[in-house]
Amino acid sequence: MTAQTMPARPGPDARLRPVPWRRMAWVTWRQHRAALAGLAVFLGAVAVYLWLTGSSIHHAYAADCHPASSIACTINFTGRYAVTVNAVRVFLQAVPALIGAFVGVPVLAREMETGTFRYAWTQGFGRWRWALAKLVLLAVTVAAATGAFTVLISWYAGPFFAAGYAIPFATDLFDVLGVAFASWTLAAFAIAVLAGMLIRRVVPAIAATLAVYAGLAAATALWLREHYLTPLLTSSPNVPGSGWIVSQWYTMGGKFAFAAQGSGIVHAVQHLCPSFVNGGPPQQCLSQHGYTAWISYQPGSRFWPFQWIEGGWLLALSVLLVAATVWLVRRRAA
Amino acid sequence: MTMNIIETSGLGKRYGRTWAVHECTLAIPAGHVAALVGPNGAGKTTLLNLAVGLAAPTTGAIAVLGGLPAGSPAALDGIAFVAQDPPLYKNLSAADTLHLTRNLNRRFDRAYAQARLAELGIPLKRKAGKLSGGQQAQLALTLALARRPQLLVLDEPVAMLDPIARHDFMGTVLTAAAEDGVSVVLSSHVLAELERVADYLILLSRGRVQVAGDVDDLLATHRLLTGPAAEADRYAERPVVHARRAGAQAHLLVRATADDPVSPRWEAHPVGLEELVMAYLRAPDAAALPGPGRGQILPFETGQVTR
Repeated sequence: MTAQTMPARPGPDARLRPVPWRRMAWVTWRQHRAALAGLAVFLGAVAVYLWLTGSSIHHAYAADCHPASSIACTINFTGRYAVTVNAVRVFLQAVPALIGAFVGVPVLAREMETGTFRYAWTQGFGRWRWALAKLVLLAVTVAAATGAFTVLISWYAGPFFAAGYAIPFATDLFDVLGVAFASWTLAAFAIAVLAGMLIRRVVPAIAATLAVYAGLAAATALWLREHYLTPLLTSSPNVPGSGWIVSQWYTMGGKFAFAAQGSGIVHAVQHLCPSFVNGGPPQQCLSQHGYTAWISYQPGSRFWPFQWIEGGWLLALSVLLVAATVWLVRRRAA
Repeated sequence: MTMNIIETSGLGKRYGRTWAVHECTLAIPAGHVAALVGPNGAGKTTLLNLAVGLAAPTTGAIAVLGGLPAGSPAALDGIAFVAQDPPLYKNLSAADTLHLTRNLNRRFDRAYAQARLAELGIPLKRKAGKLSGGQQAQLALTLALARRPQLLVLDEPVAMLDPIARHDFMGTVLTAAAEDGVSVVLSSHVLAELERVADYLILLSRGRVQVAGDVDDLLATHRLLTGPAAEADRYAERPVVHARRAGAQAHLLVRATADDPVSPRWEAHPVGLEELVMAYLRAPDAAALPGPGRGQILPFETGQVTR
């Protein structure tokens, strides 16, 4: 609005008391209860499935996995449930994006698409307060629901960690455990509301949200997460089981020789250890020829620090995106 | 001095490279039912969006309710807006819609709203999307009036309505204006209704104000002259708004009062509002703007805004 030097209007309206924030609770609930009911039904259905299969997984683990290295455990537990749990892991990856997109996009995009923003933004409540109240209420609801849901995922995955089949640091488990699952859902919601405000149409904004989310999640898992804390370095071949191996390479005489994958090591093994070419770990042979194997890794004890770091920056990103959305609502010209 | 319900100074709004409203300076006094007319694309909707704070000006300034910046909290509180094809949440019932509006505003006269919907035969439990076009318009108007606004802004409120619904809708507006003293600004390209409802007229053309004034004053200062076409040129020096020749006869719409002398072979008739508007619409370069003393405009910078 252009600044105007006008005398304040006399009378009671000059000190106008704004409409109380709490009024938005009913407004938000009434307008988004269908989306929230959909969220409840969706999470409820997934919860029932996880609880049913999780119960039999826990039974199988309790019956056959003492010790976890036994043949019975390999056949009746990991062998039997590996396909199921791997499918669940893939499915859970998509859940934050779906929740965020389907709850978040319509909040503003549908108002734009149907023109109802002309009603909503001309009421006494004020448009930026209206947007802020709605977005905060929905963001908290979505984060709380998925945060509670994480308890079930942890319980479901527990036997696989105990049996050594998977580690919590695994790329497709880390982000559905701890605080990461709720944080990623929150970030998806924040991306969705901004996309809805920018694109102003529901369906294209949902597509954009899913694409942006997938890019962000992949970049985080592939490149970003391993740098949260400086990895530990060891030349011992025995990295603790729950540690997350970031990279492996070989040195010769204190100098980098080759990475543990790639053409360098293939050449060396072919040349020095022809007997290892058809499989088996080459470390022993290579160390006999003076090479040292190095492993950089994140120890399993860093799981929670990493969770808080990831949750922290995702929360900051979400706050930023929601703030940008509210700012756009405030300044957008109809 | 009455306050100006909407007052603009050098107001401009540009979308991309097109000026929807350009160098628009006007003042609409309070207490009127003001009609904003003009051809499509004249900037009517943009001007109303600027007045209700949905759009921000590119240049110039717009103040409402006697000096409040458009879109400010106090302005939002005092102005109720019904946009074109009234935007309603189609999946919400009429009752929910009332409750929604009540929650979003400081004032809401629920008893009035419920009484009006009952009178109109709009079932409270029916979803807004299932109401007829006329009922939707009436529901949107009821929501707006129940806010007890000082100013009611209506953008093409009757464009989509059948004649009866149109008549009923305007009846509600006029009642609110007459009984509750609500100032009304409405845009319309339905000219037929104007004479009944509007007592103040603003004609926009290509983003500028072409005609503005009290309807009675405008009608009193315009005459339709009929006479021989051969003598039409003798009026060339008079402010002719629009000239039309029909065979040997010429019809001239001129700025003149009933007291102005008329040549012997000519007859002067009073004009109707629709006729007047049509003449100006056909002559976009003619202008009739208020002189000093009525709707006077002062630059905002002086801080002496009329109220």
